[in-house]
Amino acid sequence: MNIKDLPEESLFTPGHTACAGCAAPAIVRNMMKIFGKDTIVYTPANCLLVFSGTYPHLAWKVPYLHEAFENTGACISGVARAYRRKGRKVLVVGFAGDGGTYDIGIQALSGAAERNEDAIYVCYDNEAYMNTGIQRSGATPYGASTTTTPAGRKIPGKLEHKKDMAEIMRAHEIPYVATLSISHPKDFLEKVKKAKETEGFRYLHVLSPCPTGWRFDPSKTIEMARKAVDSGMWTLYEAEYGEITNIYKPKKKIPVEEYIKGQGRFRHFTPEMIEELQRWVDRKWERLYGEKP
Amino acid sequence: MIQKLPAKKMVITGDYAAAYGALLCDVDVVAAYPITPQTLIVEEFSTFVNDGITDAEFIMVESEHSAMSACIAAQAAGARTFTATSSQGLALMHEMLFVASGLRLPIVMPVVNRTVAAPIGIWCEHNDSMPQRDAGWIQMACEDNQEVLDMIIMAYKIGEHKDVLLPVMPCLDAFILSHTVEPVEAPSSDEVADFIGEYKPHAVLDPDKPMAIGTFTPPEYIQELRYQTHEAMKKAKEVIKNVTKDFASKFGRDYYGLVEEYRCDDAEVVLITVGTVTGTAREVVDKLRQEGKKVGLVKSRFYRPFPAEEVKKIAENVEAIGVYDRAISYGSGGPLFIETRNALYGMDVPVINFLAGLGGRDVVTGDVEKMYEILLENKGKKPAKEIYWIGTRGVSI
Repeated sequence: MNIKDLPEESLFTPGHTACAGCAAPAIVRNMMKIFGKDTIVYTPANCLLVFSGTYPHLAWKVPYLHEAFENTGACISGVARAYRRKGRKVLVVGFAGDGGTYDIGIQALSGAAERNEDAIYVCYDNEAYMNTGIQRSGATPYGASTTTTPAGRKIPGKLEHKKDMAEIMRAHEIPYVATLSISHPKDFLEKVKKAKETEGFRYLHVLSPCPTGWRFDPSKTIEMARKAVDSGMWTLYEAEYGEITNIYKPKKKIPVEEYIKGQGRFRHFTPEMIEELQRWVDRKWERLYGEKP
Repeated sequence: MIQKLPAKKMVITGDYAAAYGALLCDVDVVAAYPITPQTLIVEEFSTFVNDGITDAEFIMVESEHSAMSACIAAQAAGARTFTATSSQGLALMHEMLFVASGLRLPIVMPVVNRTVAAPIGIWCEHNDSMPQRDAGWIQMACEDNQEVLDMIIMAYKIGEHKDVLLPVMPCLDAFILSHTVEPVEAPSSDEVADFIGEYKPHAVLDPDKPMAIGTFTPPEYIQELRYQTHEAMKKAKEVIKNVTKDFASKFGRDYYGLVEEYRCDDAEVVLITVGTVTGTAREVVDKLRQEGKKVGLVKSRFYRPFPAEEVKKIAENVEAIGVYDRAISYGSGGPLFIETRNALYGMDVPVINFLAGLGGRDVVTGDVEKMYEILLENKGKKPAKEIYWIGTRGVSI
């Protein structure tokens, strides 16, 4: 599947108020082209909620619900069950950010996955609470400077590594888990299509580079996403019922230093910090590929 | 969708009555999480589902927060929903209660009134539901298991009325009702279907007619919504009166609108009660009447909307009003007392608050007699004390 195979009509329309260079609208727009009209969308509190529609404006052409922050898993369950009771087939999709997934929303997400609810959960991961002003989340990488983990004189940014959320979801042994990147459009679209065609609980996790929070030039969004994949900071794979069925290996693995250098959030990095981040990437690489990098 | 259920007389717990009420109302989606003493409600409903008596969707979620979230989502998708909770579970749901009323979704949720920690306790207290006062839910209190069943049925009819469209919380006392069996007359499912009618949602998530529900909204639009919800809660009073009247003519049990008066006609003093203490107070009134004391009883069934006009009318003809509370707003008084005094602003009648049964302690006839004794002593006087802690160690009356 390719971009040119997608329908012309967009169910997520222009006129939204996302920052220049934000990856999220591209993620949502392209996913919605595959999900189609018979889709009901839920968003918890996140950037997407705010930029996709502040009353009376709205970028969505499908039914759309918001309730609160921590309950995406429960809300998509409720809509899916109401439609199952009606005996009508619709696609129910939740678009949550990393804070709403890794942190405050993990309980409801885990519950929905364990019950194998017939819904798709999308996490668009910009690695911090960007909507409220760039505070650290469980998705923020080691060392990154955020407004709650500032690169200070004593403590140089976030001390902990990023939580591996996709692996947590894989451990739920649900029908489908996939990690995606907008730098790899063919792979991206095929995974979205596969998610649509699968029944039961599906989890799609997309890296969403954020020029405002990561502090990079807004023209370099796709480049950031590609470097994340090529460095091993972000790994593309698919898993079915807990087993990895397809994993992408970069042809040439680049050092993390090359990924972080264009981003203001890592500007304060010392050589020791770069080494620490590289060690994390290498451990993950070995775990996922079963071989030393 | 549902197996036809004949009218029958059963000997059942309050929790069974709540679950059976939901079954009779042919709910589409139930999302719930177990908590003592509400557990029997979810257990009974699970049995109805697994025995094929109903084909309702039952989502056994991982928390009360998710229970309410899922009910809201299902109701927004056009389903009639039901859940139940108690105490800590209701506190955990608190955030979502505002979303249910803000989206004007008539969800019905019995609350089995239980102590809120700390210290942790499982027995009856109203400090779980009463602090939800401002969440935009209709709150009704039940005296017995028959009333639990009848109130669940009426809750759907009241909440789904086009002038109301608000969620409803029928409350029942922990263990005293939830786990105690009493004879209950249940109508047939056909009669209930005919009484409450089909649920016709005002807004639905439907791909054929896309709309956004609950979007981010700037200050230009929110204040009007607050006003509309306020008006709906006020209009609910008229709807409640009509629904109890219809219910009485159809099923023969009259709940007399928002409050029920007992021997108030020539009463000099009246006691306003809530929940199961009402039954105890009825006995006390009969006894005191035999002794020639002119005492009456007012059973307050609704906390929201509060029956201010009814209470005012009663106050016009009496010389003292007592208010019984099983909850406390620290430093101020019982919630029902505060509400009553507010309704009677500008009137001369003395209003006295009685706190008893907190943490689930039994309230016995002697306690209620004490309340009437204090009221009779304070007839027409400015009371020396506004709040009496009945049966409290270290506190003299």
